[in-house]
Amino acid sequence: MTGDTVLEVRGAVKSYGFVTALGGVDLTLKRGEILALLGDNGAGKTSLVRAISGIMKLDEGDILLDGQRLALGSAGDARRAGIETVFQNLAVLDNLDVASNFYIGRENTWPRWLGPLGFLNAAREASGWTAQAGSLGIKALDPRQEIGLMSGGQRQAVAVARAVAFASKVVILDEPTAALGVRESAQVLGLIKTLPQRGVSVILISHNMEHVVQVADRAVVLRQGRVAGSLVPRRDSVPDLIAMIMGAAPSTSS
Amino acid sequence: MSPRETKRVLGTAEPAIDTDHSDGTNAIGIRIGLRILRTGPAFILVALVIIMAGLNEYFLTVRNLQNLFTQTAMIATLALGQLLVIVVRGVDVSVGSILGLTVVLSGLMMQAGFENGLVHIAVFISAGALFGLFNGFMIVKGGIPQPLIVTVATLGIGRGLALLLSGGTEHIGMTPVVQVAGSGSVLGIPVPAILVGAVTLCLAVLTLKTLWGRWIFAVGGNPDVAGWLGVPRDRVVMSCYMISGAMAGIAGIIYAGRTDAASPLAGVGMELDAVTAVIIGGASLFGGRGHIVNALIGALIIGVIRNGLNLMSVSPFWEAIAIGISILFALELDVLRRYLEEKLRARAARAMR
Repeated sequence: MTGDTVLEVRGAVKSYGFVTALGGVDLTLKRGEILALLGDNGAGKTSLVRAISGIMKLDEGDILLDGQRLALGSAGDARRAGIETVFQNLAVLDNLDVASNFYIGRENTWPRWLGPLGFLNAAREASGWTAQAGSLGIKALDPRQEIGLMSGGQRQAVAVARAVAFASKVVILDEPTAALGVRESAQVLGLIKTLPQRGVSVILISHNMEHVVQVADRAVVLRQGRVAGSLVPRRDSVPDLIAMIMGAAPSTSS
Repeated sequence: MSPRETKRVLGTAEPAIDTDHSDGTNAIGIRIGLRILRTGPAFILVALVIIMAGLNEYFLTVRNLQNLFTQTAMIATLALGQLLVIVVRGVDVSVGSILGLTVVLSGLMMQAGFENGLVHIAVFISAGALFGLFNGFMIVKGGIPQPLIVTVATLGIGRGLALLLSGGTEHIGMTPVVQVAGSGSVLGIPVPAILVGAVTLCLAVLTLKTLWGRWIFAVGGNPDVAGWLGVPRDRVVMSCYMISGAMAGIAGIIYAGRTDAASPLAGVGMELDAVTAVIIGGASLFGGRGHIVNALIGALIIGVIRNGLNLMSVSPFWEAIAIGISILFALELDVLRRYLEEKLRARAARAMR
């Protein structure tokens, strides 16, 4: 956990008209660290992760990955750089099957020179998904099953599996356990905990303090678009975390 | 509280076993139902053919089937392009006008004494594709995300151009290649039917086997999510309108060949038949759902209804009513499909708990 810095956000500013979503946020993420990003609704968490995952441009500020400034024009850019994101409620395509969802944006086609008109290999994708799900310890859902016919937990499992399997540097999870039952949540948290061993860092947004305490090495609290402070969830108490989110306690530093 | 739920509450040690089993068998029933619904248009077509054949002995003759396929070829071609557009949550009502415009361009070339058949074919297809690309460009890059409004506008523009360029008059006599494409036949099979078959095969392979095919369903399923996951959604949408325009050009070839003339009024009203065929073929107007072969079947259903009623010399007014009823029937089947899918989802969620 005491690795070098993998991701750094410097002076992130974003406003929508008169509303300031981010008012100059600095954030560092170490290699293999699980960082919880906390804050009330509207604190700027979602804007920050959207900027890091490439789907929203900052008005000001830089994002550095391994010390290199990232020019993120799209989510595809971020994914190529090794940053995977599981968006809340917006992670899967309901009308595609499990394997297609798992490989979306990373399809292998043949022959290469045909580009998008190249052929997909459905059989290889199916066996690839089954193998990946197996190595992640997820119940291997039928790769040809349409994902819209599955429960929220199963859909989330596919989205999380995709992020975990393909991320090489950072995984961002926005409320990954919100739609899940107890057993499924434990499974997702278990997956998150395996990432640091592979040198992958995690940014976790969650309203569930119990889950944060279970997995996070460090928690950064945002309030009204600024960093209100940071805590070590395992050391500091849950009431401290909540007080900081609500803005009732002075900042402590870990 | 149903007995099944009671059992689950009481059986705390192994809560899911009984319910899993009964849910499983039920779910299989629902899955079979869904599969039937997805192949539904084919069943309707077969049923219609049997009914029509029973009512009129002339219906299943070679001569009439040749007629039927030739009549349906244009609607089918337009429907195949329309399906792609509808899958990406759009609609293209300008196809009838595109058809007319390409026909007029070919007529003008004939008037200028330019008769190279391959160039004519290339003009039909590329002019149609260009017009379609313009539709797509206006919708995606022009910031007018209402496909219906945009294509209603270009419907007027296309027809106006066709009338202006032709001076409102019809040119008689097309180049031989076009004549063959519209009214020739090989081993008794009309060339238009062969053309439709070839186009269907190409588009079926493209939509079902290639990355581009997956992209159009991804964009149709949820444009935002698809974009975030790296699908080039703007280009995908534009490509669908472009192909729809190219299909209108191919339908133009068939029209010009059949009539051996270039009328500026060619294709008036055909856009509605094309959309109708796609809907009867079970595609969802909400996007993300549809099958190329079912669009062809939808066109054939319209063709069989028209041809069959015609043979029985039923008033053509009934034809409109019959097609209207089949649209409503197809839409109700779609409602039933979504209901069954919802049930499956609920079961999957319960099984997880």
